[in-house]
Amino acid sequence: MATPEFIQKILTQFGDAVAGPVEFRGEWSLTLAEAGRIFEVCQFAKLKLGFDFLVDISSVDNYGADPRWTVVYHLRSMKSGEELRIKTNVSEEKSELPSVLGVWRTVNWHEREIYDMMGIRFTGHPDLRRILMWEGYPYFPLRKDFPLAGKPTDLPGVAFARPAPLEGGPFVTVAGGGDATGREPRVRNPED
Amino acid sequence: MSSVQDIEIRDSAARAAQAAETLSDVTGDRMVLNMGPSHPATHGVLRILLELDGEVITKAEPDVGYLHRGDEKIAENMTYTQFIPYTDRLDYLAPLANNVAYALAVEKLMGIHDKLPPRCQYIRVMCAELARISAHLLGLGAFAMDTGAVTVFLLTFTEREKIYNLAEAASGARLTTSYTRIGGVARDIPPGWTVMCQQFLNEFAVALAEAETLLTRNRIWVDRLRDLGIISKAMAIDYGLSGPNLRGSGVDFDLRKNQPYLCYKDLDFDIPVGSVGDCYDRYLVRMEEMRQSMRIIQQCLDKLPGGADNQSHEPVCIVDGKITMPTKSKVMSSMEELIHQFMLVTEGVNAPPGEVYFGHENPKGELGFYINSRGGGTPYRLKIRAPSFINLSILPELLPGHMVSDVPVVLGSLDFVMGESDR
Repeated sequence: MATPEFIQKILTQFGDAVAGPVEFRGEWSLTLAEAGRIFEVCQFAKLKLGFDFLVDISSVDNYGADPRWTVVYHLRSMKSGEELRIKTNVSEEKSELPSVLGVWRTVNWHEREIYDMMGIRFTGHPDLRRILMWEGYPYFPLRKDFPLAGKPTDLPGVAFARPAPLEGGPFVTVAGGGDATGREPRVRNPED
Repeated sequence: MSSVQDIEIRDSAARAAQAAETLSDVTGDRMVLNMGPSHPATHGVLRILLELDGEVITKAEPDVGYLHRGDEKIAENMTYTQFIPYTDRLDYLAPLANNVAYALAVEKLMGIHDKLPPRCQYIRVMCAELARISAHLLGLGAFAMDTGAVTVFLLTFTEREKIYNLAEAASGARLTTSYTRIGGVARDIPPGWTVMCQQFLNEFAVALAEAETLLTRNRIWVDRLRDLGIISKAMAIDYGLSGPNLRGSGVDFDLRKNQPYLCYKDLDFDIPVGSVGDCYDRYLVRMEEMRQSMRIIQQCLDKLPGGADNQSHEPVCIVDGKITMPTKSKVMSSMEELIHQFMLVTEGVNAPPGEVYFGHENPKGELGFYINSRGGGTPYRLKIRAPSFINLSILPELLPGHMVSDVPVVLGSLDFVMGESDR
């Protein structure tokens, strides 16, 4: 598939800062090397290329790899119907990238959700609070090292104050296993 | 790579003081009113903190998450097929549409979305459109009830009952349908289903007209809805609204037309759009969408490949042992099918590594699934773009300036469902 014009324009504007483009199932992805420039790229995409609709922002935890976080932006142009995915990596030490709230106002809740679930902070966001979990919840539950069954804690006001009844037992699915064999509780030795 | 982090949790009194501070500009003549989380007009567990100057709202702060179940986390820990029942519980007013959306997203990842058998596509479209009618009927009934027109609610619920019966006949369940599978649908529609569906269409046309006579030109209804909760075109796009809320603001965008999937390309239907973007426009758009859905279902019934009772044995699934389940009789008698079934149950479908986003035109808006796959039968990361969540994020901008009594009307016109918003 030929590279669309808007990809070429981003490549000429930002040069080496943008890697890719990768095409998969008719969708184009670009990877931005420097997370700090995400605002610049998004603003360029909106103002110069007509990507006026932000479909979604997702985050991925590449647990065990460096950089640990990937933040994924899905852009759409209402006029032409073109779509673009911009990805950027953030290291665990930093866990921070600029907010794009100034580009689309829908970003507000998306970024709050990512902060809530993954613990990635967005600088320049005026109101970065938890949104789905409650204020004061101590963990970031969508991280790969957060177990599916929850975590035992002595903190008051947190749901999992005691271990889940069968946690660690032989009949409990292990979170994060790559395939069904890894997760399947019956194939595990209870002594392990 | 574990790290230790000190977390400070203050006692409840300190937290209460902090919560009061978040509405910082509360002055003597303003009042803070807590609406929800279980309020008859919030339809689910939505809490809104309203700051009032007399009866006029000066600040609104929605609080979501009361129904958070961690669906995205759950999805990472099971095979693609195992997650289908969880999609029933996203927008629980239109489970069939969610099933279709999710199955299409996984099929897009596998690269088989354009290989679906035609009969499967038509069945899926009928399911999605029935779900749309069902969801809009509930939205309309509850909306009308919140504004005082209780009769409409009874009318719409009678019709929804028939759609539940259709869902039950096809899938075996009324609410938790889980009707789709990766690569097809769970089973073909039963004999007599098309007759039932046709009868529903005939009756529904009458009932919808009746509901319309009760509302559309009803003076009280119009006075209550017009010029209320106006969302401009630019604002709707900026806030990422989708579905009837976006089209009510005059944006002509519908994924069924703009990015056609399934057999929508072969069907003739129109996309209604509003002009002002007020509550009345959103109501009109939903009414017209129901009529267009009827048109779509009618065409599907007429064109259904294989006909009503599928005499020609058209497949309803992709016939591929590595994607869909073989028939039970084959599993019991043939080695290869037995192996396929074993692999599908234990490992799931073998999806390639890659990432896709698929957006489906759900009753509430664009239900999207972003799947990040590292290969194998389990998604590495599955993000659900919940239209209700995004549609609600406009409230802090939309509500100020309105009266307290207008809040139920604006909420009803946005037509959200918290099961989907909180995931």
